[in-house]
Amino acid sequence: MRKLALSDEILMRVEKPARYIGNEVNMVVKNPEEVDIRFCMCFPDVYEIGMSHLGIQILYDMFNKRNDTYCERVYSPWVDLDKVLREEQIPLFALESQDPVKVFDFLGITLQYEMCYTNILQILELSQIPLFSKDRGEELPIVIGGGPCAFNPEPLADFFDLFYIGEGETVYDQLLDAYKEYKNQGKTKKEFLEAAAEIEGIYVPAFYDVTYHEDGTIASFEPNNPHAPKKIKKQAEMNLSDTFYPEKPLVPYVKAVQDRVVLEIQRGCIRGCRFCQAGMLYRPIRERDVEFLKARAVEMIQNTGHEEISLSSLSSSDYSQLQELVYYLIDTFRKEGVNISLPSLRIDAFALDVMSKVQDIKKSSLTFAPEAGSQRLRNVINKGLTEENILSGAMSAFISGWNKVKLYFMLGLPTETEEDIEEIAILSDKIAREYYTIPKQERNGKVSITTSTSFFVPKPFTPFQWTRMATKEEFISKRKLLSAKLKEQLNNKSIKYNWHDAELTMLEGVFARGDRKLCALIYEAYKNGCLFDSWSEYFKNDVWMQAFKNLSLDMDFYNHRERSKDEILPWDFIDAGVTKSFLWREYETGRAEQVTPNCRKGCAGCGAKVFNGGVCYEPRNEAGESTISQ
Amino acid sequence: MEVRIKFAKYDTMKFISHLDVMRYFQKAVRRSGLDVAYSEGFNPHQIMSFAAPLGVGQTSESEYFDIELKTVPSLQELVDRLNATMTDGMKILAAELLPPPVPQVKRETAMALVAASSYLVMRKDDYDTDLTKEDLEQKFVAFLSQSSIPFVKKSKKTEAEIDLAQFIFDYNAQGNTTEFSGEYENGVVFYLLLSAGSVNNVKPDTVMEAFYAHMGKKYNPYAYQFHRLETYADLSLRKVSQAEIARMVKEGKMPERNLVPLMEYHQR
Repeated sequence: MRKLALSDEILMRVEKPARYIGNEVNMVVKNPEEVDIRFCMCFPDVYEIGMSHLGIQILYDMFNKRNDTYCERVYSPWVDLDKVLREEQIPLFALESQDPVKVFDFLGITLQYEMCYTNILQILELSQIPLFSKDRGEELPIVIGGGPCAFNPEPLADFFDLFYIGEGETVYDQLLDAYKEYKNQGKTKKEFLEAAAEIEGIYVPAFYDVTYHEDGTIASFEPNNPHAPKKIKKQAEMNLSDTFYPEKPLVPYVKAVQDRVVLEIQRGCIRGCRFCQAGMLYRPIRERDVEFLKARAVEMIQNTGHEEISLSSLSSSDYSQLQELVYYLIDTFRKEGVNISLPSLRIDAFALDVMSKVQDIKKSSLTFAPEAGSQRLRNVINKGLTEENILSGAMSAFISGWNKVKLYFMLGLPTETEEDIEEIAILSDKIAREYYTIPKQERNGKVSITTSTSFFVPKPFTPFQWTRMATKEEFISKRKLLSAKLKEQLNNKSIKYNWHDAELTMLEGVFARGDRKLCALIYEAYKNGCLFDSWSEYFKNDVWMQAFKNLSLDMDFYNHRERSKDEILPWDFIDAGVTKSFLWREYETGRAEQVTPNCRKGCAGCGAKVFNGGVCYEPRNEAGESTISQ
Repeated sequence: MEVRIKFAKYDTMKFISHLDVMRYFQKAVRRSGLDVAYSEGFNPHQIMSFAAPLGVGQTSESEYFDIELKTVPSLQELVDRLNATMTDGMKILAAELLPPPVPQVKRETAMALVAASSYLVMRKDDYDTDLTKEDLEQKFVAFLSQSSIPFVKKSKKTEAEIDLAQFIFDYNAQGNTTEFSGEYENGVVFYLLLSAGSVNNVKPDTVMEAFYAHMGKKYNPYAYQFHRLETYADLSLRKVSQAEIARMVKEGKMPERNLVPLMEYHQR
């Protein structure tokens, strides 16, 4: 009999007990007595979301390849179990051994989006681990954060012992080796943190002091420990074809959000959209070798039995070996009933050919992400897609039989005017009009356009990191304007409009560019019942607003002011490769409505060349264009 | 070629829902590398059908599904290859080739054949400790000796009063635990044979609920562990349609039962 942390009765009382029993296909089993390091990896959201995350699967595999380490997993218990664990004082446990998280050496928490921050406090509290790092004794796990939100870790600084800045493949071995030494030699936690601080990419928040000006902006940000460097260098894995990639990903019993094999074909993006944080953080773009990908695809399908494989990257069309890879996957897998899914594909002849082979045209839709309605605003954000690209792409798809189109836009981009918003409605309508130029007998029924908008949130390490974010009232009026303009269109009955929640976006903005003062805010909101904020049915905006009030914090300070060029930003201590001067230059170029060519067309001198690889070192012709392209 | 597969679902796998078990086997079959047949179309899937769904929380050593294969290795190899892909708590017990389909005759699916299921009912430790094994036995015999056992069967939409008496086929005060059933220290284990299938499906927890109502005691749905021992087809209902069975039940004209384990149905 496998040991479980929860009784039968508790498991029968909660929704989806399979979330809490582990034992999934490809789960790693080790004897905890026989390892030196027990690492508990956490995704602070519900199981089905956490299990869909590729990064954790990579790290899980990588850690467990070490004989001295046993990496296990934990996810946020859903609200029903949360209640039971509190009432019955049952400590939160890892899925593999079902042992309490508090007996582990490390608790590693991935930070994928800002609205999971209260869930981090839930994980700590249910694990019976003090929330604040300063209150945790020698015997408790080292709490380490990583992932994209670690690029501005300051709102979480008080809760974590360490942050790992950048891609996980590079220095975790060094960190674990240092930990083993600390443990074997009976050193103090502080001594370990000092050793960790000397590892490139590791940030120990307690070793830095922040002072503020009277207006709340940062006056100084300085190390207070001789072992802590002034700048933390982002980690990037430069050899993606010879590194860790799970051959046997975990397969959950309950249906995960990503119920498929995920094949990461490249990391980074050449496009340089000015709103996109991932596009800047993961520079330079690095491709994985096509033969490596083919071999992994076959192994992963064999070892998981998944019925679908999905390519993952920020812009699949920029992968130089895409055609070879995709036709290989189709030839290899279609006869075995494996579906192929190709997100983030630019609509062209190749894409249409592939899509017609792998999807049912009647059911599938075309997706475009123009992000802004007018060419002027698309130039501001450096989104290379033109109206002509969209209309001609849509038209060739319509002729091939498609009749569903999804369009994604953002409202509240810098310099946006009412005309730019109206252009979203006009563009949506133009696509429908294009469809109806096809003679009736050749058309495949009615066209269906789904126009979706999200609200723009300025993010650290983007050219828009200084910009003022629109207020909730502004967002709502922009959304209403678009709604009205869509209704004026000829084909308004064919256009469906979806939008995001403005209140949630406000908080996302606060945490994205927040500072250490926000630790108290997260604590206050959590203590007053905020949890699962990214789930609209559990999001309690009034509690958050009250927390701002109680702590005399001002949302306007974080969201609604233009930052000056020389302001010390909370994340300035991180060296992400892309330089602050490049980002500022891009901000100015954007405001001048000028585009910057993509990395293969020409080098914009962003600073990522210091990583010694990727697109920065591709062969170039005399005009400075990369000779690697499709 | 169609193959009937029998498996056990036990230990912590009892918390996996029927829907998830179906998804699990789709993936397990692909991992096994068996030469499986796929349906046509853009979302090809394996042609697989399960017999009787098992409630979450229950264990079993007689779950069945039928699957269509293009080629079949030896049955032993088939069992071994599937077992190599199983997680703890899932085990393939046997496989049988089904006879080839007869032209113009619709194949009886595993699900349509199900007529009865036998169960071990085990009391979990620390529940209803005031009732001794002897008490329970005596009271259950009294419960069964009623000429009718009216019970209101509730589903999401409907409520219907049924007479459970005709659907409890057998009871034995002493049940024998197996390698898959697990066991409890308090030693209360008994055996039930109940009507099953799409027409007259009676779950063991329904019987226990009615039994507790009869005793005038509150039923705790977590107090008992149910373990399915075998799933049976009824040879006397061979080639009888579901609608006819429903009519026969209504008129009280069911033929005498001739139950065989699902795996043996086609050999008879």
